[in-house]
Amino acid sequence: MRWLDDPILDMQHLTMRFGGLVAVNDLSFKAARGDITALIGPNGAGKTTVFNCITGFYKPTEGMLSLRHVDGASFLLERLPGHSIAWKAKVARTFQNIRLFSGMTVLENLLVAQHNPLMIASGFTFLGVLGLPSYTKAERAAMDKAKYWLDKTGLLARADDPAGDLPYGAQRRLEIARAMCTEPVLLCLDEPAAGLNPRESHELNELLLSVRKDHATSILLIEHDMSVVMEISDHVVVLDYGTKIADGTPAEVKHDQKVIAAYLGVDDRDVEKVEAEVGV
Amino acid sequence: MNAPQPTTATMTQQRPAPANGDFTTALKDAGLATLVTFGLSIPILSFRTDQSQANELYLRPRWGLVLVACALVFALRFVLRLYGVRWAAARQVARSRKEAIRTTTEKPRGLAHRLLALAVPVFLGVALAFPLLSYFAAGGLTESRYWVDLGILILTYVMLGWGLNIVVGLAGLLDLGYVAFYAVGAYSYALLSTTFGLSFWICLPVAGILAAFWGILLGFPVLRLRGDYLAIVTLAFGEIIRLVLINWVELTNGGAGITSIPRVSFFGVPFTNEEGGFASLFGLEFSPMHRVIFLYYLILGLALLTNFVTLRLRRLPVGRAWEALREDEIACRSLGINTRNTKLTAFALGAMFGGIAGSFFAVRQGFVSPESFNFLESATILAIVVLGGMGSQVGVAVAAVLMVGGPEMLRNLGFLKAVFGEGFDPNEYRLLLFGLAMVAMMVWRPRGLISHREPSVALGVRKAISGALVKEGHG
Ligand SMILES: Nc1ncnc2c1ncn2[C@@H]1O[C@H](COP(=O)(O)OP(=O)(O)OP(=O)(O)O)[C@@H](O)[C@H]1O
Ligand SMILES: [Mg+2]
Repeated sequence: MRWLDDPILDMQHLTMRFGGLVAVNDLSFKAARGDITALIGPNGAGKTTVFNCITGFYKPTEGMLSLRHVDGASFLLERLPGHSIAWKAKVARTFQNIRLFSGMTVLENLLVAQHNPLMIASGFTFLGVLGLPSYTKAERAAMDKAKYWLDKTGLLARADDPAGDLPYGAQRRLEIARAMCTEPVLLCLDEPAAGLNPRESHELNELLLSVRKDHATSILLIEHDMSVVMEISDHVVVLDYGTKIADGTPAEVKHDQKVIAAYLGVDDRDVEKVEAEVGV
Repeated sequence: MNAPQPTTATMTQQRPAPANGDFTTALKDAGLATLVTFGLSIPILSFRTDQSQANELYLRPRWGLVLVACALVFALRFVLRLYGVRWAAARQVARSRKEAIRTTTEKPRGLAHRLLALAVPVFLGVALAFPLLSYFAAGGLTESRYWVDLGILILTYVMLGWGLNIVVGLAGLLDLGYVAFYAVGAYSYALLSTTFGLSFWICLPVAGILAAFWGILLGFPVLRLRGDYLAIVTLAFGEIIRLVLINWVELTNGGAGITSIPRVSFFGVPFTNEEGGFASLFGLEFSPMHRVIFLYYLILGLALLTNFVTLRLRRLPVGRAWEALREDEIACRSLGINTRNTKLTAFALGAMFGGIAGSFFAVRQGFVSPESFNFLESATILAIVVLGGMGSQVGVAVAAVLMVGGPEMLRNLGFLKAVFGEGFDPNEYRLLLFGLAMVAMMVWRPRGLISHREPSVALGVRKAISGALVKEGHG
């Protein structure tokens, strides 16, 4: 398997407990560099919890999450403080329930995403207050990058509108653009196609494919929309009740008995009977 | 009524339909209100303690007054219930119609906007010319003292409001103990100048730095709390500082305060009636007003500095991070912003301006005592920020004028005596009026006088962002 050779993310024995509830149970998988890896599973399977562990919002109860950059630098994500995961390890994410800065403009959202490089350029504010040309130049570069992503996500015309005023699909795209402005090596998307219509969902596929192709960004994707998953992902990991039940190419996973059983909510043995009933 | 919009349709359905039912419900409601009034008036209105000739206290019953109050409440409530509801519903319909029209047409820049654009130069002009204006209005240098003093008081609150605005308005951190930093600044100057004889111009930045230092010291443990918890802890911090000032008698001289703090000098030239004093240096006739007017321009300068720094920082990454923090802290963290440090900078900077204002307070009064730094002070400053519209610089300035200048104006409403009789003192009603004004604000402008937000940067034209979208922060 390709993802075993040069994984960007190597997750080993990840376990996350909330009191008595085991949300993620001894999960191990590898995500290949340059791949779109999909993480799927029924509701409550623990997918978002995995993301929260990767991006430092939860400290895993057990397990190791190691991330390796192309230049060989490697990070143990479970030991980094939350903000360093984005800034040093270069992992960006979006949220299942969109989290934009709704009272700020679309452009401002993208500039906030470039906070750390701009902060350095502004000499931690001290030089910036004086309005030195080096900062002005850095700000212009940041604006250019923002414009690039706005163009790519089709939001350029709305750059000066408040983010909270955008329609739902545009907010989803803006969240991806904002995450991309941090120049991540790994982009974690939590249900980016939720609530999109078929056309928007198709555009999203194009966007994600181009992100992977042009920006050396690997993608980890949680998605319920199978048309998105099957079309663009290279590798699918299936979770059910926090446990991995399948791991392989989309074609393999599609025909896996356990996966079908989990999605239909029945026992393994009854899959064929139920399939016949519902006519799959 | 077959209104086209769904909102109007639901509105009409909600309205209580039969007029007969309206009447009885109104009657019941008014009766209930009257009962409540009656209950309330027993302890408040029904008896008055008076002194008899023999200097003895006796209770004078005032049941007539109670009756009048009850009748008034009954009538008002009844009319309000009967017609007010209908009126409100009609208004609602009209408003929703108007809004529907407004969203279809490109949002017009309203009158308020154009006024706002005018407000800044007008305000600045009036502020700069204020001593001159009051000189002419009062008809003399010494006579204008009251007005200039009032101006100084207002500007102090403008500066404090702008300082707190960084913390509350921009970063969305509810700080109920801001006065603590004001106190730190005031005592810094008072102590440094009386014990080490340091001049005001050295102490001013030192006081700011010390206050910022205290801000960081408080911020470290406290800023992991959010919302109400943060508010409570900052409130407690304000009280602790005050109690330390009262009880650490060796350092602060306790409740008696520190007296004879050196007066301000004109960059080293004292305001005295001697050779080498300000008046003789500039060939003017000596007047104590010179110092007061200098203090006025000093606080104006300091306030404008606060404003300048705030406006400047809003356009820098740190300011944008503050506002982003107010909007969504979790998203900030996911973008690699160190939320703790960002909050600390806001807290420290706000504290610094509070400290500078504090040392100005000390040099103006020549006397500081813990009394000046009670919770009411924090509450007033916070009220100014909230009333002005969190995050809006102009709003905060207007609110400071209203909150500080307004009650002062009540002193000058002598003509009301002609209406209400000789015993009437409008000043006694300032808290009542204040409460009424607050309630009115909550009803009509819950987001403050100026609720919209100006974007910090734009590709094309800057469009104001409606206050409804801007979050208030929760930590
Ligand atoms: N902070 C928390 N505290 C307690 N339980 C939690 C917490 N976060 C998640 N859980 C529980 O962990 C389980 C997995 O939740 P998670 O949100 O990861 O599911 P999911 O796979 O993302 O589901 P969905 O497809 O509905 O988004 C659920 O039972 C949830 O209730
Ligand atoms: Mg989820």
